[in-house]
Amino acid sequence: MSYCRQEGKDKIIFVTKEDHETPSSAELVADDPDDPYEEQGLILPNGDINWNCPCLGGMASGPCGEQFKSAFSCFHYSTEEIKGSDCVDQFRAMQECMQKYPDLYPQEDENEEKEKSSKDLEDTPVEASFAKEEKGSS
Amino acid sequence: MGVESSRRRRPGPEADERLPGGGCVTGRRRRSGRNMAAAAPPQRRRRRRAGAREGVGGRGQWGAGRPRVRRGGGGGRSGSGRGEAGGAMLCCRLAALGARRRLRPLGPAAVLQCHHLRYPSRSLMSSGVPGKAGSNLLFYLIVGGTVTGAGAYVYKTLRENKERFTSRVTTITARSQENASSPSGAASRGSAAPEAHPEVPSHVPFLLIGGGTAAFAAARSIRARDPGARVLIVSEDPALPYMRPPLSKELWFSDDPNVTETLRFKQWNGKERSIYFQPPSFYVPARDLPFVENGGVAVLCGKKVVHMDVRGNMVKLSDGTQISYDKCLIATGGSPRNLPAIERAGKDVQQRLTLFRKVEDFKSLEKISRQVKSITVIGGGFLGSELACALGRRARTRGLEVIQLFPENGNMGKVLPEYLSNWTTEKVRREGVNVMPNAVVKSVSVSGNRLMIKLKDGRKVETDHIVAAVGLEPNVELAKSAGLEVDSDFGGFRVNAELQARSNIWVAGDAACFYDIKLGRRRVEHHDHAVVSGRLAGENMTGAAKPYWHQSMFWSDLGPDVGYEAIGLVDSTLPTVGVFAKATAKDTPKSATEQSGTGIRSESETEAEASEVPTSPSASPMPHVPKQGEDYGKGVVFYLRDKVVVGIVLWNIFNRMPIARKIIKDGEEHADLNEVAKLFNIHED
Repeated sequence: MSYCRQEGKDKIIFVTKEDHETPSSAELVADDPDDPYEEQGLILPNGDINWNCPCLGGMASGPCGEQFKSAFSCFHYSTEEIKGSDCVDQFRAMQECMQKYPDLYPQEDENEEKEKSSKDLEDTPVEASFAKEEKGSS
Repeated sequence: MGVESSRRRRPGPEADERLPGGGCVTGRRRRSGRNMAAAAPPQRRRRRRAGAREGVGGRGQWGAGRPRVRRGGGGGRSGSGRGEAGGAMLCCRLAALGARRRLRPLGPAAVLQCHHLRYPSRSLMSSGVPGKAGSNLLFYLIVGGTVTGAGAYVYKTLRENKERFTSRVTTITARSQENASSPSGAASRGSAAPEAHPEVPSHVPFLLIGGGTAAFAAARSIRARDPGARVLIVSEDPALPYMRPPLSKELWFSDDPNVTETLRFKQWNGKERSIYFQPPSFYVPARDLPFVENGGVAVLCGKKVVHMDVRGNMVKLSDGTQISYDKCLIATGGSPRNLPAIERAGKDVQQRLTLFRKVEDFKSLEKISRQVKSITVIGGGFLGSELACALGRRARTRGLEVIQLFPENGNMGKVLPEYLSNWTTEKVRREGVNVMPNAVVKSVSVSGNRLMIKLKDGRKVETDHIVAAVGLEPNVELAKSAGLEVDSDFGGFRVNAELQARSNIWVAGDAACFYDIKLGRRRVEHHDHAVVSGRLAGENMTGAAKPYWHQSMFWSDLGPDVGYEAIGLVDSTLPTVGVFAKATAKDTPKSATEQSGTGIRSESETEAEASEVPTSPSASPMPHVPKQGEDYGKGVVFYLRDKVVVGIVLWNIFNRMPIARKIIKDGEEHADLNEVAKLFNIHED
């Protein structure tokens, strides 16, 4: 049973779990997915990769940023049956660059990073709005 | 120095042009001088053979001349006695004429020489041989010519030496400038090695003043959007860019005894992280920045920008170095404020004071907390309360007394509504802190070896060390030289909604007073705002032209058991509506990090959210039995302005920031805020 209390200008409401079980009647304004002001997720509305996405961390901006960008652009636009199979050279260049900076790109996590990032690229078109919400929170 | 060299640079190319030719003009002069010098000796030699003694130089010449005249070795006097003076005068005039013909400037010298002639010894008059009149005239002419020639040579040598020196200096400075700007120039000269790049580049496309969170976020954003961008960060702090929130939270809870050195902290789920955004290998050395192939980010530590020339797109550092830029970001942050009472107090008190902001302050306070018996924190806001809680935790294990003083009624009195502020104060007390609200410091003095703080209401507090957390003064010293506007209401540089102050100048972070389209003009001193505004400034510096739209959030943890996240205008003077449920053992910041699988909440909101399988809450959660009177376990508080929600506090509930952000973005009037609260599922974990 919820009850209400007023302390000066501040209103305090205590609610039980049952009180909040009914769906909310509050109305939210519909989001425009193409709003240019909004923080975009990994993939921009026009299909490009958002290199400034917080989800990428420092990958696109570090010393191996160029190699990373070329490898992932190739992967993203790859139309091969095994996506990215035509990008082996770029990935190799990226890996070579990353090996020069073991502090920044820890070797044992390297494969995980690649897998995780490629997984992001695959999943995002499917769960675009959900991912955008999540990433938009940062 | 740069100005001078540019002035000198103008004659420089001309000097360079002259030099390959062997220094045409100067060479010519030299040659002419040599010619003149060469001209004189043969005549002298001739005279020596005739027994005459001559010296080089004007007076010595005639000084030698007198004995010569006495000895009678061809002094050049006329033969007749009476006409001697007249003859001498005539000779003198002729000699002077001869000298003048050779070199006019030496006219006065020739006259001086004449004076010597006017006083010949009378005894010499009779010694003149009649047939020597003509040879005397010739002799005087030759001598005069030699003297003037020698004098001219000396004068010219001195002058051309000076010119040679200045031209040499010019070429050297011109050469070093060329080396800095084009390595091909150095290669073609073959003189300077490629390693001799200047320590600081003279021009960078992107200059970021300040080396904190906003600057780093901007650097990352610029690099992501502009391939191969070259970014230079100039930081007064000797450390590389790092994040501040752990300095008053996580670092204090670390079990590592070396935490002040490593500045790393292991979180409850085992994931470790450094406070530095990136290790040193991420950065490019500043001297290589203009040359490295794909660009990069360079940091100049321990250097302060003291002057900014907006017209010339140039800044000057404290050591005189000048750097020109294409685009500039001012992210100078702020400096901790001090209490006037403490500033008046004197050096003895200042030595026992910490103004907490930087890594060094954390290191020194950590050391002090192990040495003293009592620490007083002055200030009841975010920093003060967090530090008091952190120190309070240590107090339990080490017998340290922690006192907190502030003028408000309760902790976070300016942020949280009164009931929550009181609840928070109780929580802080339970962390082992002696909280003294409604305390205004009147004076501080040293008595014995301890500090004595006198409050305005008469109370006295005796302590060993003071930590002042009484606010932040934005660093706007550059506004004067740059001609930038400073906001009178909020402080900081006044910028527009796109964080732009002038055409090529943006401001982000604590120092930016910006226009928020939804919430109006404000200045925010939180970590996430620094990240968001830095990222936005970086985007706008690379052409995005986006306004401040993504609302930044902030959070605070008062010990590992109490925490909240907030967004928007969270001002306790606004009317609020709070919707609460009872807290359970699972509602702590500790469980929030465990559930989301991220290291620290500093990371979870601003950086990537890990996609690993979240670890289950630990087997032994902190015991938390809801006590009577502890009504505000978890909930959501809405701050209203004209019936529109402008601020939200998520009280002990986490990972719901997106919905809070959405509500503020909508800016709608909601009739029943309880309905809005349902969107937050406050009863769930």
